[in-house]
Amino acid sequence: MSFEDYSGIWVFIEVKDGEVVPVSLELLGAGKELADKRGTELAGVLIGENVTHLADTLYEYGADTVYVYDDTIFKNYRTESYMKALLECCQKYKPEVILYGATSTGKDLASAVATDLPTGLTADSTILDIEEDTGLLLASRPAFGGNIMATILCKKYRPQMATVRPKVMKALSPEPGRTGQLIEETASIKEEDIRTKVLEIVQFTTQKVRIDEADIVVAGGKGLGSEKGFQVVHDLAETLGGAVGASRDVVEAGWVEHHHQVGQTGLTVTPKIYFAIGISGAIQHIVGMQNSGLIIAINKDPEAPIFQSSHYGIVGDAFEIVPLLIQQFKQAFNQEVVDHV
Amino acid sequence: MLHIVACIKQVPDTKIIKMNPKTNTMDRASAPAILNPYDAHAVEEAVRLKKRYGGTVSVLTMGPPPAVKAIKKCIEIGADEGYMISDRAFAGADTLATSYALTKAIEKISQIKPVDLIICGKMTIDGDTGQVGPGIARRLDMPPLTSVNKVKEINVEEGYAIVHRKLEDGYEVIQSTMPCLMSVEKEINEVPYSSMTNMLKAARYQPVIWAVADLEDVERTQLGLKGSPTIVSKVWAPTKPSGGEMLEGDAAQQTEQLLDLLLKKKELFAVKGGSGVEL
Repeated sequence: MSFEDYSGIWVFIEVKDGEVVPVSLELLGAGKELADKRGTELAGVLIGENVTHLADTLYEYGADTVYVYDDTIFKNYRTESYMKALLECCQKYKPEVILYGATSTGKDLASAVATDLPTGLTADSTILDIEEDTGLLLASRPAFGGNIMATILCKKYRPQMATVRPKVMKALSPEPGRTGQLIEETASIKEEDIRTKVLEIVQFTTQKVRIDEADIVVAGGKGLGSEKGFQVVHDLAETLGGAVGASRDVVEAGWVEHHHQVGQTGLTVTPKIYFAIGISGAIQHIVGMQNSGLIIAINKDPEAPIFQSSHYGIVGDAFEIVPLLIQQFKQAFNQEVVDHV
Repeated sequence: MLHIVACIKQVPDTKIIKMNPKTNTMDRASAPAILNPYDAHAVEEAVRLKKRYGGTVSVLTMGPPPAVKAIKKCIEIGADEGYMISDRAFAGADTLATSYALTKAIEKISQIKPVDLIICGKMTIDGDTGQVGPGIARRLDMPPLTSVNKVKEINVEEGYAIVHRKLEDGYEVIQSTMPCLMSVEKEINEVPYSSMTNMLKAARYQPVIWAVADLEDVERTQLGLKGSPTIVSKVWAPTKPSGGEMLEGDAAQQTEQLLDLLLKKKELFAVKGGSGVEL
């Protein structure tokens, strides 16, 4: 394998409901830094049905080139069809790095592609860097349930691949009118070669605000004692128009559904304000919320590790503190409305 | 009759693991070795499918000799047979080398009895990657079905499976030809307490143990450290934040202080999309 043949930083562009998913734009931002450092180009690989027009968005977010596979066979994500397209693209143009969002789609695709190439794949990276001269990707990630951080290298194989968690990298501010090169490709896969069919896609509609997109997250932990006690979290979230988050043990106890879980095995969140109520602050939880703008912890145990990761801490009984907060917030909001009138 | 192979791993309990603050290393002895929790759900699902459709459940692990304990745990859950591959040559394997070694073992198991379905946990709690399952699927040229949270139907005669695959905001219903590989989410089932019969069976059970020499057509360069494209170059403890301001006083004073602090930062509440409170 001659490494000189491999150049360019690629991002797999995930499309959902006709739009580019946010993590792909975040990865173009991260990829741009790597590409600039290496003096190489940044490309997006766009696969789907009726997706070619999305290339314009990708240029605005930093892509120099967009490889597009636009065909009805790519209507829904399926491992075999997407993998085939990406493998062919890789073999033809030889990128040195490919980044994927650590989503259900991105992780599935990256694992399959890594095995077939074969090459190394680092999962759930949270920090990326590249060696300017050698092009060696330094992908760092939490390991052992977030107890340690590890930097993973892939020295002998190309391309180097990593999946990256949503919300940990920053998208560039879009540059309207920025353009790039569109390269239209056709994959050699046929429908009869694909062994899976998507029969139906069911979207949850009950979830009002997704926690990984919310500006305010009110999260509760096992310290609230019971599902009934957890109600204070729902109440404060409703008052503030925020989303409800939870620690792993709360989800395991069945007080709320898994899509509320914040942390290593749940979602990473980066709201402007994060309330941690009755959450002790295990490292697995901290890795999922530490990049929040302002972290407020309420816990009756003054020794709870969560206070180490908070901007403001209140030691006290959540059942006394939270209702008071709700009442005071409501008063303050009403006051503001009156002032405006 | 269905033959299901569940791939499992013995892992340190990362919930309990302690860090040595002086050396920034993990004190592995502090954490008990357990069956990877996601794998317990994989084995339970295999046992449930066996009850629904008839058949046999084999479990497979790669690990050092004490990992026999994890296999015994699976026998308690209701698995019928246990296989372990154990050899120094496997040591230091990353996900690519691990999937290679397990694939070779599955090929050997399928000579004993053809394999219709492979089930893995979503990921291990020590590696956290979720890459071994799909890797095995690709190597055996089976469709990988990841993030499965429900097995709706299996039709052995016609050779297909229908599953629910979890997405970020819902799920998709997928039909796949069999044999295939599924990696399953925790919510797929609840693992009940083991029955006394199974516990007794597990206590006496001795799994089949293979070394590299027992497997066929193995390229040794693809095993262990040698066969692993990724290496860990650096390990460090995540930076511990130093902690913020503790608010003083009784409940009313504390909450008033907090409110003052928050209301000073009005931009925090100027939220997009109308999903929040506007001041």
